[in-house]
Amino acid sequence: MQPARESDKGAEGLHLVLQASPLAVRDSLLQMLAAPPLSDLSPDARGTAEVVLAEVLNNIAEHAYPAGPGPVAVALTPVAAGTHCLVIDQGAAMPGDRLPEGRLPIADSGLEDLPEGGFGWHLIHSLTRDLAYVRAGGCNRLSFLLPRTG
Amino acid sequence: MQLQTQTRPKLISVTVIEDRIDAATAIQFKEKMREVTRNGPDRVVLDLARVQFLDSSGLGAIVAVKKLLGPDRVLELAGLTPTVEKVFRLTRMDSIFTIHASLEIAVSHAASA
Repeated sequence: MQPARESDKGAEGLHLVLQASPLAVRDSLLQMLAAPPLSDLSPDARGTAEVVLAEVLNNIAEHAYPAGPGPVAVALTPVAAGTHCLVIDQGAAMPGDRLPEGRLPIADSGLEDLPEGGFGWHLIHSLTRDLAYVRAGGCNRLSFLLPRTG
Repeated sequence: MQLQTQTRPKLISVTVIEDRIDAATAIQFKEKMREVTRNGPDRVVLDLARVQFLDSSGLGAIVAVKKLLGPDRVLELAGLTPTVEKVFRLTRMDSIFTIHASLEIAVSHAASA
């Protein structure tokens, strides 16, 4: 299995480490959006970046570290096609060591059966390109591209 | 989580006075909505014009509120900002709600009904 590629060490890249919890995720998002490379994006692309990073980081807080906050490293690197993102945590592996498919929950049933969750991976798949996951050395490495337009 | 409610003839409007409904506040939002809509008109309009950001937890909480209201009452949405609109559209949850451009338009619909 090939490890995910290291993010390019661009001068304008942003590296950040946080302890994954819902409030820390929120603070980190605001910090990331206020600095390059995300602060250079259009309002629409910044909104997309915030949705994707929120889903990725909240998934880690909830599923990789179910017993309490653990460390997550985020690297954002500007590339020609957009922003390359690499997110690494030391928590539990994804089920089956694979990326969840992100199939949209079915919403055409009755009121009581309307889905209240299961949207996160669908949003991540919909809004990114080159989404890749590797479990190696006790770490989860998730990488993806946030396209410049989208 | 601050909500501002106004009861009018035939509808109650709830304006979210926060710029985000996210994983950190989704449960609180759902509980506050349960409180403020407990009694009142059948038609509830949730004004999201000040909400700049909604994640999947926030979306799930809004769907949960629709379910809490039950089959005899209705939850409508108003004033979706661009990122919030995108989250509803991509998850196709825009198809289970009546969505108004603004609270004023939602209220005027009631007046003409």
